[in-house]
Amino acid sequence: MSLAAAETPRILIADDEGPARARLRDLLDEVRGEFPLAIVDEARNGREVLDVLNREKVDIVLLDIRMPDMDGMEAARHIAGMEHPPAIIFTTAFDSYALKAFEVNAIDYLLKPIRLERLLTALGKTRAAPPVSREALDAAANQPRKHLSVHERGKIHLVAVGEILYLRAELKYVTVRTESREYLVEESLTRLEEEFGDAFVRIHRNCLVARAAIGGFERNAEDGESGWNVVIKATGEKLAVSRRQQHVVKQFR
Amino acid sequence: MIDVASINQTGSGIRLPNFCNLGVMLRSLVIANLFVLAAATLKAANVQRVGAEFMVLAAFCEPVLIASLVALCAARRWLHRLPYVVSLAIIAAFEIALAWGVYHLGAGLALAGAMSLAQLAFLTLFVTGCLIAYFDLRSRALAPAVAEARIQALQARIRPHFLYNSINAVLSLMRSDPRRAERALEDMADLFRVLMADNRTLAPIADEVRLARQYLAIESLRLGERLRVTWRTEGMPGDALVPPLVLQPLVENAVYHGIEPLEAGGEIQIEVGRAGEDLVMSLRNPYQGASNHPGGNRMALQNIRERLQLHFDAEASMLAEVSGGEYRVTIRLPYMTAPA
Repeated sequence: MSLAAAETPRILIADDEGPARARLRDLLDEVRGEFPLAIVDEARNGREVLDVLNREKVDIVLLDIRMPDMDGMEAARHIAGMEHPPAIIFTTAFDSYALKAFEVNAIDYLLKPIRLERLLTALGKTRAAPPVSREALDAAANQPRKHLSVHERGKIHLVAVGEILYLRAELKYVTVRTESREYLVEESLTRLEEEFGDAFVRIHRNCLVARAAIGGFERNAEDGESGWNVVIKATGEKLAVSRRQQHVVKQFR
Repeated sequence: MIDVASINQTGSGIRLPNFCNLGVMLRSLVIANLFVLAAATLKAANVQRVGAEFMVLAAFCEPVLIASLVALCAARRWLHRLPYVVSLAIIAAFEIALAWGVYHLGAGLALAGAMSLAQLAFLTLFVTGCLIAYFDLRSRALAPAVAEARIQALQARIRPHFLYNSINAVLSLMRSDPRRAERALEDMADLFRVLMADNRTLAPIADEVRLARQYLAIESLRLGERLRVTWRTEGMPGDALVPPLVLQPLVENAVYHGIEPLEAGGEIQIEVGRAGEDLVMSLRNPYQGASNHPGGNRMALQNIRERLQLHFDAEASMLAEVSGGEYRVTIRLPYMTAPA
């Protein structure tokens, strides 16, 4: 492979609408003269985007914000956790909320119908500009993610929030426990609580338990002091409720 | 669009209310009876007598009131064609004659002495005058609202999301399928013609259904097989008059909130038909609970609800419900056609 070929940016098109993807393809074909590129693949939702990223080397993702199943916003937040994330160029026809949030957080986007010159400028910028930060994306998002992403050996693995039994902070990671296994994610427990506060309850400084996963409460017999344990329904695990969070027990009984 | 004014506000020159409208009738009954109650209270020697006085007065006044409403409803079209002042004079003369007739009928039933003919005639004329003045004022108060209904219809309808996505879809077809692109632009032109039109007057439901179909044709460009639509319009009286843009915004909502969030798409079912004296429209679409785009939906519904109320008062209704993963809107309004 020649050096030039290696440097040709590899582009992924993500949009749920066929005509919108076709239009992007046409435009990309036209800019090829000025901006050599390769189209890697097309995706119809955020999940497919992540699948492609797990499979292929991608340098730039043209990412539609509004897509079914997993929207562009959530996909971008998962992508931002990658070790070598591709550059993201958001595209949207109109979404007043998203656009306002993007402006505030200085995230670039292209408005559909996309003009050739604008596309070219945006592609050019990806060479110099740093990728959009995870913080900016989190701030711009108006709803919680449906998944947490686990990054293992350069691959993105998704854990559905609904499957999580509890989250436990350990040093710089958070352990995510599902019925079948445990994962480590690079997140802060406080931020997770802010994002998913409705579905989880804090039982300890370092632990959030999914409300739906709680099977019951038991007296903590081991300590001399009278504490409580949360019993996880699916696994039978017992997690200590800290003294300061004792009021949680009352909520459930 | 057929030139028939909305049934509450009968054009600019004439300000008589539509006496056949349920809302007008109810308002008349309530206001007239309040007057009778006031008269009874003034007439009664003490508070305990008010009830009895009311009954006696009511025996005279209710027949006049009900006969008036029936007669005015029947003569409505004829009255509306006359100059306003002439129609007022005719109504006044008719009311006096009616009071005279009821008084003599009542006198025969041994109620004479409860009130004199002059008193009954005065009360009748006074209440009639007050009611007509009230409806005149009300229609004047609502006139800006009718004008605004047009703007509202406009604002609520051009969802930028739809506009830009459609243009994008057409652009994408320009090279690969110019014929489809042409057709799509034609549909869009028709749609925007209605969106930009003066939407104060009622239009036949057939037009509204055609518009919704054209809208769906544009959306299916983008959504392809994800958008499936079933129409049931066999029993539809095509000439029934409805406020313009009563159906299309609902269809747009169904696409935006019901179909687009679904990976595999879904089906929209639209039914238009007659049920007795009513025209009934219902629309169903899959609904996945909390949409990630709140707000827009309620705004469109509110807009339609207001316009229905403006045109039909209490005789139209709109019901929106969610059950079993399905969203359903039903609109019911009186079946009326343009005068031949």
